[in-house]
Amino acid sequence: MRYAIQVNAGPGAAQAAQSAYQFSKAALAEGHEIVRVFFYHEGVYHGYAKTRPSAPEDRIVPDWAGLAAQHAVDLVLCVAAAQRRGLPEHDPALGFRMGGLGQWLEACLMADRVLVFGDGA
Amino acid sequence: MKKFLFVMRHPPQAGLRVRETLDLILTTAAFDQPVTLLFLDDGVYQLQRDQNPSEPPQVAPLFAALELYGVEHILVEAESLAERGLTLADLILPAASIPRTAIAALISGHEVVV
Repeated sequence: MRYAIQVNAGPGAAQAAQSAYQFSKAALAEGHEIVRVFFYHEGVYHGYAKTRPSAPEDRIVPDWAGLAAQHAVDLVLCVAAAQRRGLPEHDPALGFRMGGLGQWLEACLMADRVLVFGDGA
Repeated sequence: MKKFLFVMRHPPQAGLRVRETLDLILTTAAFDQPVTLLFLDDGVYQLQRDQNPSEPPQVAPLFAALELYGVEHILVEAESLAERGLTLADLILPAASIPRTAIAALISGHEVVV
């Protein structure tokens, strides 16, 4: 199964981003393919965490870069969403690249399933 | 070619998110994919006419682009409207009403649900 993942929630949000990460990790471990992880809305903040925050004992900090390195997952941050939030358009964290909605749509069309984590509008 | 369904559930005060979701919708339509919009729960407020102009953000004008991009399948859940004292006539876009009982079938009829 090929999945496209959309992450709308930022690192501070309660559950959504963590669920996205846990799902991605589990899917890859099962031999599924993740076509792309597209970070939109507050999800773009994941691409700027230069330092790993210290995690409370009951929470796992999503290691997107680690997942990308291990499985060659394409992590894309939406440039426009980053700009709107005053984030730099260049130099995201390791493992991430900047992209646009064309990449999001392409992933939706290439994948067998699209999963969205976090609220939209 | 895949059928996309966008579900809008939050009030306009969600701000950036409404505008950004519209960008997703318009991108999808621009690439000639069939698009359906469903307004549910507080999402119906996004289409409400006469939103207080002194209260940012104004999302209603953003929806004007939908027609330009050929996005015409606009659905509003009947119960969501009724629970908020609204009718289809209060909306800024022509929309069709859909009962709550039909939502599950609508969702399963679309390949991508955002």
